Amino acid sequence: MIKLVGFWVSPFVLRVSWALKLKGVEYEYIEEDVFNKSPLLLELNPVHKKVPVLVHGHNVIVESLVILEYIDETWKQYPLLPQEPCDRANARFWAKFAEEKLMKNSWTAMSSQGDEKKLFLQSTLEDLEKIEGELKGKGKYFGGENLGYLDLALGWITYLVPVWEDIGSITILDPVKFPCTTAWMQNFLNHPVIKEDFPPRDKTDFYFRTRREEILALVGSPSKG
Amino acid sequence: MAEPVKLFGVWASPFSWRVETALKLKGVKYEFIEEDLTNKSDLLVKYNPVHKKIPVLLHKGKPICESLVILEYIDETWKGISILPEDPYERAIARFWAKFIDEKCNHALWTACWSKDNEQEKAIEEACEFLKTLETQLKGNKFFGGETIGFVDIVANFIGFWLGIIQEAVGLELLTVEKFPNLCKWIDNYVNCPVIKANLPPRDELLAYFKARQQPPTGPKY
Repeated sequence: MIKLVGFWVSPFVLRVSWALKLKGVEYEYIEEDVFNKSPLLLELNPVHKKVPVLVHGHNVIVESLVILEYIDETWKQYPLLPQEPCDRANARFWAKFAEEKLMKNSWTAMSSQGDEKKLFLQSTLEDLEKIEGELKGKGKYFGGENLGYLDLALGWITYLVPVWEDIGSITILDPVKFPCTTAWMQNFLNHPVIKEDFPPRDKTDFYFRTRREEILALVGSPSKG
Repeated sequence: MAEPVKLFGVWASPFSWRVETALKLKGVKYEFIEEDLTNKSDLLVKYNPVHKKIPVLLHKGKPICESLVILEYIDETWKGISILPEDPYERAIARFWAKFIDEKCNHALWTACWSKDNEQEKAIEEACEFLKTLETQLKGNKFFGGETIGFVDIVANFIGFWLGIIQEAVGLELLTVEKFPNLCKWIDNYVNCPVIKANLPPRDELLAYFKARQQPPTGPKY
């Protein structure tokens, strides 16, 4: 039995469950309370103590992008990464970029205030311009006509950024500035596998509102808007 | 005729050195183009407009950026010695440890070397925890990949060669044989591996380079 240990709203977990579903691989999902980590999680991922964890027989794999590559190499149907080495390198490059830059910058833009917020929002928009450039002339998805590795790696944009925009009172996904990204989001959200496995908006909203309040309480500065 | 291969790098950079190691392991001929990072060339900015950083590999007119991405590209493009294992699970393990070293260890080690006072104390503690994890992972194996050098060993080059030099430059004793015997044995195996030994940057020049910079170059990726 294949098991996926995850957390319902985690973008890192969702990309793995989407990958498994695209490949038609059956698995058992185990929800983890990441604020009260189970002995199982600590045993399976002692180095990072994080989700997702994929268990496949005796194999335990952690780190979501590592898991995506494992899934693609283990189950050959519905290839996630492109065939050509330079296209594969391109997909890996942009997945890394989105993780290290866009996600961190947009999260901080959402959860900060004042000048820090302005700075990170500006960085977020610059990052998104680069993603927009990458999408030009691609077709329906980053993967072309089929949803692939890079779409899964960036899928978090479709459900986290709209919520973060709301909570953080910021505008990121302007359809006039980012027409390709906007079109990609619609294609992504309408894909049957994605539609079926998508965190509820109200629950996601509540979760991040609470997280934002906790962060701001830690920072301790009065709200400057 | 084989397509020309160019590598934009910096002689003192462990990141461009990783790529050189992989190319040499595969027996791929390449032209090394030394970049001045204080005055980046138009070509570097053209080929890596997103990060404007080295290393950049240019093959068939296409640039590949980010050293770990480049290593995988090299392994997929040229046959010969395999950098990553064949088995998907072994590959996942290798990618995991490469990521751990690249994202956690190296940053902590760099900070431990270059920070001062309380910040340094904290950084040393964190770095030691990461090194302990690696020490355990080595399990007395010759290399992280087992009997032969592989993906993780190539990525761990900062620990393999640069760390000892920077420790000497700044007067820090972090990675000692008493605390980390497996890692020290691994370092010995790493620097004596023929393809590594023949091609490492000159130790005395690297030492002078880091001694001259008591302010560190701008963070681990330079």
